[in-house]
Amino acid sequence: MDTSQYLEIFLDETKEHLQNLNTQILELESDPESMDTVNEIFRAAHSLKGMAGTMGYKRMQNLTHDMENVFSEVRNGNIKVQPDMIDVLFQCLDALEEYTNNIQSSADEGTNDNEPLIKQLNDILNGNKGGGEAPAAASAEEAPKAESTESGDAKWNNIVFDESQISVINEAKSQGKEVFGLTVEVQESCILKAARAFLVFKALEERGEILVSDPNAQDVEDEKFDKDFTLVVVSEVPLEELIKAASSVSEIAGVIGAPLNLEENKNIKAAQDAAATEAAQAKEKESAPAASAPAPVKKKEEPKAAPAAKPGDKKISKPVANRTVRVDIEKLDGLMNLVSELIIAKNSLVSASSQSESGATSPAFNEQIEYLESVTTNLHESVMKVRMVPIESVVAKFPRMIRDLSKTLDKKMELYMTGEETELDRTVVDEIGDPLMHLLRNSADHGLESAEVRAERGKPPVGSIFLDAYQDGNNVIIEVRDDGNGIDVEAVRNKAIDRGTITPEQAASMSDKEIINLLFLPSFSTAKQVTDISGRGVGLDVVRSKIEALSGEVEVKSELGVGSTWTVRLPLTLAIIQALMVVVGGEKYAISLGSIETLETIEPDEIKLVQNEEVINLRGTVIPLIRLPKVLDVESTTDAGESLVVVIVKKGDKLAGLVIDELLGQQEIVIKSLGKYIKKCKFISGATILGDGEVALILDTNALI
Amino acid sequence: MEQLNTTNSVGLDTAGDERKAIVETLQFIVISVGEEQYGIDIRYIDNIVRMQHITRVPKVSAYLKGVINLRGEVLPVMSIRLRMGLDADEITRASRIIILRSEQEGNVGVIVDEVKEVVTLPVNEIEKVSREAKDGKPVFISGIGKYNGELISLLDLSSITLEENV
Repeated sequence: MDTSQYLEIFLDETKEHLQNLNTQILELESDPESMDTVNEIFRAAHSLKGMAGTMGYKRMQNLTHDMENVFSEVRNGNIKVQPDMIDVLFQCLDALEEYTNNIQSSADEGTNDNEPLIKQLNDILNGNKGGGEAPAAASAEEAPKAESTESGDAKWNNIVFDESQISVINEAKSQGKEVFGLTVEVQESCILKAARAFLVFKALEERGEILVSDPNAQDVEDEKFDKDFTLVVVSEVPLEELIKAASSVSEIAGVIGAPLNLEENKNIKAAQDAAATEAAQAKEKESAPAASAPAPVKKKEEPKAAPAAKPGDKKISKPVANRTVRVDIEKLDGLMNLVSELIIAKNSLVSASSQSESGATSPAFNEQIEYLESVTTNLHESVMKVRMVPIESVVAKFPRMIRDLSKTLDKKMELYMTGEETELDRTVVDEIGDPLMHLLRNSADHGLESAEVRAERGKPPVGSIFLDAYQDGNNVIIEVRDDGNGIDVEAVRNKAIDRGTITPEQAASMSDKEIINLLFLPSFSTAKQVTDISGRGVGLDVVRSKIEALSGEVEVKSELGVGSTWTVRLPLTLAIIQALMVVVGGEKYAISLGSIETLETIEPDEIKLVQNEEVINLRGTVIPLIRLPKVLDVESTTDAGESLVVVIVKKGDKLAGLVIDELLGQQEIVIKSLGKYIKKCKFISGATILGDGEVALILDTNALI
Repeated sequence: MEQLNTTNSVGLDTAGDERKAIVETLQFIVISVGEEQYGIDIRYIDNIVRMQHITRVPKVSAYLKGVINLRGEVLPVMSIRLRMGLDADEITRASRIIILRSEQEGNVGVIVDEVKEVVTLPVNEIEKVSREAKDGKPVFISGIGKYNGELISLLDLSSITLEENV
């Protein structure tokens, strides 16, 4: 076995720890005195170090080790948190992230030693501590020692040895090697106990030989142990080193160990003369304090000097988020596909039962079909929920980004976020980070004015950027808002004319909104100077195409001098939607219910012509009509004089009326891709399989408007 | 063309006869399109299904007839006749849709007039045809096979499934 199979866990956890560190250090910056934060940081850094060490990433381990030292000093009150220090720490995090990225792409951490950073860390240590480290470390070590002697329930003394093992132990002893008993306890929250155990085994085997394991190695590997396992190790290295090696594995709650004494073993003991045993025990007790090595050392992952009760409390108060199972997204995809199949099958049952004439279907049959329908709908919802993750995982990195931007741009700004708990499909969340980041950078760079301008306009000196997420029906809305300059429509207009994107005549007839939408065209940036942050002209078009690829849309509202709001609207799920089935020229089409505003019946004489375009006046709103048969190249089955069925659809705040021939009703449909082959048709966003096995196309109303 | 070369060993196994040590063979399904007979390399065929309802997709090339439901998957279907610039298909009882495997583009169905037989051709009985287009028309043939005194044009599937050939 090698460690590569744990690489994924390692990466996942490292990212979590890094994100945690980022958040905590930000918090520390605003509240340098908070001991809770420092403790949290220390724990995360410690776990990172342990993980990197076990995986053999030495550079990463070194860097985290030095970071940990700094935190340890802060915790002991020897160093005060300074702004410089925070900067260095953030740089360290960036360096760690780089290692992580290297590892992710090549399973190798790279060759950057980050010596300047390590030096800076050491400077912090040396500059401020005044020799505080040594005593602190000593006391930290002393305290657990004392604790463990009391908790000395030496489980290795319960192990039943067979004769060959006893002879091996005796032989090892006679060769001058030490035999130790070790009990390793994993954290209760640990998910992959077997993996941790394996790492402990590996760490110990590098330093000695594992003679006996209780439960046996196979059971440990199969995770057939509660939360601790006991090992008997023959080794030439001192006990402390073994314990250190084992406890450096992350998620190990504690390791206790002592030299093994066969006479103390309860099973062997029982066989011996009672008196002799007592004598031996007494002797052992006497000799134990005398020798320096035998003192059992207990090292905790959270080496607090506090009594045992405290870590216990900690565990209970740990967030329930740990009670989760990591599932490969592909498995969920598979599950989702099965649910899709089930829904298609259910739809065919429904259509079969409704088609059978002569009332052959009994009420009981219909009842069961209805029941089946509710089950499949619930099943779909549950699976969908399983795939949902809070957008927090993506937006959590933004405060840090804004902080850095604030420094590089030399503008004061603050990010306010709400709705981080809003959930979206995992695949959407994975993709949404970059577009959002770009919008935020855009707001920070182009949106917010410089301090002087803000003062002139009577705005508070610190610019505000807001990121609000919330659910709206079947959509999730993410708004990025700033109280900056807003978009200068005239500047955009002139720029567009300069660039030849539009002619001056076109520009004159275009509304402000249409002009603003030009920003989403490729290579269009109004930034007067190209900066590092944004304005390379490869931004908003990418934002839009990325969001549209997720079946979402992005809009901007802006008021010059007051600020801009970018609204990103994303569908909750990508695979199964509620749709309205319609007939156009004898062909069936599906329209997503999410984009439908109302259904109307329109008399032919209500249709007016404006600029040679058909429109209707619906309750005071003028809505353009789109005749779908014409768009889709089919003959309408509706006669000229007949009243028209019109589906009013919306795109953002624009409305349009789609003229269809017939309404079929609402249906839950499974979206299937048309494949790469038929991507040319922009009005069609996909296909679905109907109950009767036929394929119906899904209209992309956004492309029609 | 590379595909043809790499296939030879597979041809050995599928041919599975005693001559395999001497001559490498390839298997083709013979279809008829109009008056002509074409061979399709069997390893690129996923499936052959009967004619079924095809849902038209608007605003695409005429030879793309639409999409079908193949066991829960939506597959595009093209007319090889229209692709080759012949008259539109006449759908008869013998018409079939051959599902071709295409790694890059995804599977695609091709409507043919009839599926006739499977033939095994030794590699040395196949004559390669240059892919250069004559009078601007694309060439869909990768080679010509001789079988029982008849000539079978072997379809070059990659050029058929490649969209930008029209």
